[in-house]
Amino acid sequence: MTPLNAAHRALGARMVDFGGWDMPVNYGSQIEEHHVVRRDAGMFDVSHMLAIDLRGPGARDFLRRALANDTDKLREPGRALYSCLLNDAGGIIDDLIVYFFTAEYFRLVVNAGRAEQDLAWLASLKERFAAALELRPRRDLAMIAVQGPNARERVWQALPETRVATEALRSFQGVQLGELMLARTGYTGEDGFELMLPAARAETLWGALIGAGVKPCGLGARDTLRLEAGMNLWGQEMDEGVSPLDAGLAWTVDLASARDFVGKAALLAHPQRRQLLGLVLAEPGGVLRGHQKVATPKGEGEITSGTFSPSLNRSIALARIPLGVEVGALVQVSVRDKQLAAKVVKPPFVRNGKVLEAVSDLLKRPLS
Amino acid sequence: MKTPEHLKYTETHEWIKTEAGGTFAVGITDHAQEVLGDIVFLELPPVGKRFAQGEACAVIESVKAASDINMPVAGVVIAANEDLPKSPEQINADAYGAWMFRIKPDNAADIGGLMDAAAYAGHAAK
Repeated sequence: MTPLNAAHRALGARMVDFGGWDMPVNYGSQIEEHHVVRRDAGMFDVSHMLAIDLRGPGARDFLRRALANDTDKLREPGRALYSCLLNDAGGIIDDLIVYFFTAEYFRLVVNAGRAEQDLAWLASLKERFAAALELRPRRDLAMIAVQGPNARERVWQALPETRVATEALRSFQGVQLGELMLARTGYTGEDGFELMLPAARAETLWGALIGAGVKPCGLGARDTLRLEAGMNLWGQEMDEGVSPLDAGLAWTVDLASARDFVGKAALLAHPQRRQLLGLVLAEPGGVLRGHQKVATPKGEGEITSGTFSPSLNRSIALARIPLGVEVGALVQVSVRDKQLAAKVVKPPFVRNGKVLEAVSDLLKRPLS
Repeated sequence: MKTPEHLKYTETHEWIKTEAGGTFAVGITDHAQEVLGDIVFLELPPVGKRFAQGEACAVIESVKAASDINMPVAGVVIAANEDLPKSPEQINADAYGAWMFRIKPDNAADIGGLMDAAAYAGHAAK
């Protein structure tokens, strides 16, 4: 369990098992929690995620070879980058955020359910490359993601001493202030901070954020928010058998430069076979869900994640579909015993509180 | 978790209310709505159709998951609450006020085989 477990229970959260972690799925209405993040400020306990510190003279060169995205893009201290960690076959072991502090000090933040596999893989790569670095899992840290248009103001209210150092942070940039790290990152499509701090201080900060008007939100809202934001989830859109090229992540993979990295040869040998696009349900009849089949003029596809979108007030999904199916096309989804029409759109569906124009144009038309 | 005394309950979390004239109204329990979370879709059974006891006759979907609603006793659907699918969040707000359909049971005595409030409260707490 996370250091905030007692705090969640005291708030009356509905708790679920999430890969061995006892986590809050919602505290009341998950739709209300979703709207709070789009309109004001909500927070998530993400302490189940793992920070891994990489220190040593070989750190920079190690990441050049270990990650699919190019860490040489990270020049300013605190800059962050999203990347896949690939296996030799080009499959996705995990997706992560890497923070650059110095040429000899980086921090990775990885998924809770993949942490052990990631650590084992990174350790094996360290051997393979004979890299001079130390890999240190930071189980001693708690993480709280504060998200929403008012999130930063509320964090400054709860932690006034951090304001000066964090006001100028750009998106995908963080800073360490003693034992506290603040980064302008998140998994919701909204502005905000992700905070990392010693576990022993987590409950006090959580209480101070509630005092500043930040509403606790569970994993339920976190999932609808990330789906609206068009962000992948490991185990849904990607896994060890899925290439980033087929998971909508070609933009994070650097195949053009001379840099060699784990999985690159496999990606070059196997070009993109499928595309990951969004679906918006175009008629009533149910909710789009993972694993539902999608019939298109170019062949069959499958939904990787589907839900009811509180911002659109309609069901939406991410789906892996054949190449050549174009944005705007109508497809048929098998929902229980019915075939329901859905429209293909380019994710994200929502960014910074607003439904994207292409999606909202579609919504103006009545359901058939 | 509320479990009103005047209702009967099934293991699959439907409540059944005996009405004047020997018909039954059916909905889902407060416990069921809480587990499902925000309800966003409801498909009611066709009026006039006969279902066996335990047969799936309606579908409810929350943001989290889809779930069947089962016929509590064998019978014919004689009415459906057509307003409810337009605002399924009413089920979260008032599970025992949000009746979904009415049935005419094949055998009114079948309701004797369902759980009372105390038995259901024990079942739901498991």
